[in-house]
Amino acid sequence: MYWNPKYECLSAEELQQLQLERLKATVERAFLNVPHYRRAFQAKGLEPGDIRTLEDLRKLPFTTKDDLRENYPFGMFAVPMSEIVRIHSSSGTTGKPTVVGYTRRDIDVWAELMARALVCGGATRNDIIHNAYGYGLFTGGLGVHYGAERLGASVIPISGGNTKRQVMIMRDFGSTILTCTPSYALHIAEVIGEMGIDPAELKLKAGIFGAEPWSESMRREIERRLGISAVDIYGLSEVIGPGVAIECQEKNGLHIFGDHFLAEVIDPATGEPLGPGQVGELVLTSLTKEALPVIRYRTRDVTALLPGDCPCGRTGVRIARITGRTDDMLIIRGVNVFPSQVESVLLEIGGTEPHYQLIVDREGSLDTLEVQVEVSESLFSDEVRRLEDLEHRLRQELESTLGISVKVTLVEPKTIARSEGKAKRVIDRRKL
Amino acid sequence: MKIKQLSVFLENKSGRLAAVTRLLASKGINIRALSIADTSDFGILRLIVNDPQAAYRTLREGGFTVSLTEVLGVEMPDRPGGLSSVLTHLEEAGINIEYLYAFLGKGENGALVIFRVEDLDKAIEILSAKGVKLVSAENVYAL
Ligand SMILES: [Zn+2]
Repeated sequence: MYWNPKYECLSAEELQQLQLERLKATVERAFLNVPHYRRAFQAKGLEPGDIRTLEDLRKLPFTTKDDLRENYPFGMFAVPMSEIVRIHSSSGTTGKPTVVGYTRRDIDVWAELMARALVCGGATRNDIIHNAYGYGLFTGGLGVHYGAERLGASVIPISGGNTKRQVMIMRDFGSTILTCTPSYALHIAEVIGEMGIDPAELKLKAGIFGAEPWSESMRREIERRLGISAVDIYGLSEVIGPGVAIECQEKNGLHIFGDHFLAEVIDPATGEPLGPGQVGELVLTSLTKEALPVIRYRTRDVTALLPGDCPCGRTGVRIARITGRTDDMLIIRGVNVFPSQVESVLLEIGGTEPHYQLIVDREGSLDTLEVQVEVSESLFSDEVRRLEDLEHRLRQELESTLGISVKVTLVEPKTIARSEGKAKRVIDRRKL
Repeated sequence: MKIKQLSVFLENKSGRLAAVTRLLASKGINIRALSIADTSDFGILRLIVNDPQAAYRTLREGGFTVSLTEVLGVEMPDRPGGLSSVLTHLEEAGINIEYLYAFLGKGENGALVIFRVEDLDKAIEILSAKGVKLVSAENVYAL
């Protein structure tokens, strides 16, 4: 059940020793070979020799997506182009794309990480991996592909699209593991239904889904409809691609492969590190990347470090599933609030995803937060007491999750405006 | 014996009750009884109508959150102690009353009160055994 038990189960002491050696080497290489990092270190009066302990990580400057964009396309590379064997890129839907490069050894490390991830997610060399992540500049498809080959499984490089054909191949080839985005997995389930195929005719047993945030209720839905066990995988091209972290069969958070990445969660407003359980922005530092080392890369993904050890025996830190983007963050009475936090509370209590809206206002000098929740039939009761209980429970859960006082208002269905596509979750009436 | 009651979630803002009654009127649905339980933020409108299924469909299609609940219609002598004796029977049987409200109209011989109780079947059994007159659903819808 491990691909590389030596590194996946390193003792805390050994892991920290290894991380420190690798961090020092990464900082040194970045300083020597990447002008951007040299400038950024010097601006803080730092030299590679100042990094003596893992705590010194905090002294290092952050790296942002904008830094990668400003150095478009190859300015962040730490090796000459002759050493680069692969180039991937983000889609660049919000501005210039970010470009990432890999040396031969980077590709090797990535394949190792993905092999680990696949095993962690339930794969063995006897599996037939139906890889419906997109192939191309996007890192998902080839990332999984190389990992599956490293594992020795049989990989079907089907990529996305043409879903009926996917289902036919799944049935005829006996695919046992599905890898794709969770929303595509649901779409596949729908098409299986439309084609009149019983999921039991398929040999699918597990799914490894990522590349977009998804919820616990979506997991249950996918597991029920496809009759599989589904785990969440995390990664981003700027850091390496898929395989930075993954859930094990315990499904209690994602294991970060600590011999290759250092993870921090920070307050996105202040940049200060947060403790276990506190929700903030994930920051990743690569420890072994040659072509494109990243130092304290701000992912913009919202998560929390999880306390405690996992029964599976893997050591290193775990993160909670990604619940949103820091771009959506609100600061209310000095406290960071993410709409995604509200969403997960509502999901837990209601069992489904209700329509909701946050209304932020200011009374005198005090910020107020009102959470309006549409009363669906599943939440409704003809007894006032039960509705008041619901309001009360929502308020308590929201207050303990967000750390600020909240007014909960139950509203009639369809009273919260639906915008096209993405719902508008926040109305900020504060005149700042 | 079981009467279907509609419950509708209403925000406490003007015009919502009017919207419900207008919608029902447009479909020719007649209201037999109603009560509103409200808090500072919201209210629950409870209705007995002549055609509960049609009213349920109409309100749902009109975008309201609505549920159908089974309640009991009890006819009692319209004199001091009429309600008290019914309540005593239920209390002695350990049956909790969630809420109750009086009918707008009157029964043939007395007052009509709608009960929403925890255990409907048990309440019917007890009250029948005690000789209390329960009103049939058909009679209530047709009042
Ligand atoms: Zn685990």
